[in-house]
Amino acid sequence: MTDQSPPRRDAASWAKSVAQLRVDDVPEGATNINVAGRRLTSPIQGFGKMWQKTYTVRLPASRVSPEELIATWKQRFPEFWPAGNRFYGPLTGIAPGDVALLSMTLPGRMKLSTGVMVLYADERSFTLMTPQGHMFAGWITFSAEPAGDETLVQAQVLMRASDPIYEVGLTLGGHRQEDVFWNRTLTKLAAHFEHEGVVETTVVCVDRRRQWSRWRNVWQSAAIRTTVYTVTSPARRLRRGRGTDG
Amino acid sequence: MTEPVTLTDVREVAAGVCVIDISGDVTAASEQVLVSAYTNATQRGATAIVLSFTGLEYMNSGGIGLLVMLLVRAQRKHQQVLAFGLSEHYRQIFELTRLDEAVGIHDSEAAALAFAGVAG
Repeated sequence: MTDQSPPRRDAASWAKSVAQLRVDDVPEGATNINVAGRRLTSPIQGFGKMWQKTYTVRLPASRVSPEELIATWKQRFPEFWPAGNRFYGPLTGIAPGDVALLSMTLPGRMKLSTGVMVLYADERSFTLMTPQGHMFAGWITFSAEPAGDETLVQAQVLMRASDPIYEVGLTLGGHRQEDVFWNRTLTKLAAHFEHEGVVETTVVCVDRRRQWSRWRNVWQSAAIRTTVYTVTSPARRLRRGRGTDG
Repeated sequence: MTEPVTLTDVREVAAGVCVIDISGDVTAASEQVLVSAYTNATQRGATAIVLSFTGLEYMNSGGIGLLVMLLVRAQRKHQQVLAFGLSEHYRQIFELTRLDEAVGIHDSEAAALAFAGVAG
């Protein structure tokens, strides 16, 4: 069936539908073992309890408008991430359909190589969606809205832990670490606009049930695959060395 | 900038089947309107909720998030959720966000109602 309707006014804001993620360039220092070829996952495909976490900071509207703030956030997104975590996105900023590689530090100093796709982006918000194997299935929406004489800035996560191991990890400190992560990000963002922001955190458990039919997601776990990749990297280096010598 | 406007209308088309006509914009600001429509349908004893998107003009990622929340509420109450009237653009968004795996998407109201067991 051909769609004869005129283009929607949100058409340019959404990523085009993709069956699997593609990574065209792998920046130096990034690892693409858990992104290319993976499917995106919404909270519907996740395993654990479903959470909506909202982190909010208020800035004086006289200092920055919602549109200016979002433009800056998109352009300099990696700079506002807390130390120990890397976001390898396009140098041009955040645009619908972009895929970024991530290097995260999990509790216990465990490393995780994963990624996100920019699902949606407009003048006042943008949303990142996670692929299979990420610690959670869902998305994060970053937004700014006018609220009286303030600019209300939010990072809102809608998520389920992807698999039973991540669910345990989130329960045993992962949720706390995520709260700290986004608190630090918003504090840094506010500081960029020379404002000492106080971040409010609101956590709502949307669904207490776990989706046991999704336990097999564990086979895609980026944490397990990153660990195996890291542990076996000396052997790979050795093999490559022998190949060069021979 | 004007606030987005979401309009809903709830129609009970058969015993246990309600259609929610959604028109205008669906964004995070639509929460109260959508929840109210869903509650109305549930109070009428709906076991199947059919979402009509024929009048949908704009939806952002906040709107998709709301639909996921609505779906969770329906799943908790063992209600079936169906949809029709999605343009090709919004069908692709349902595919992209994989909402189509949990919401039965149909070409027309008649097809959605037939799937819900309503005789034509």
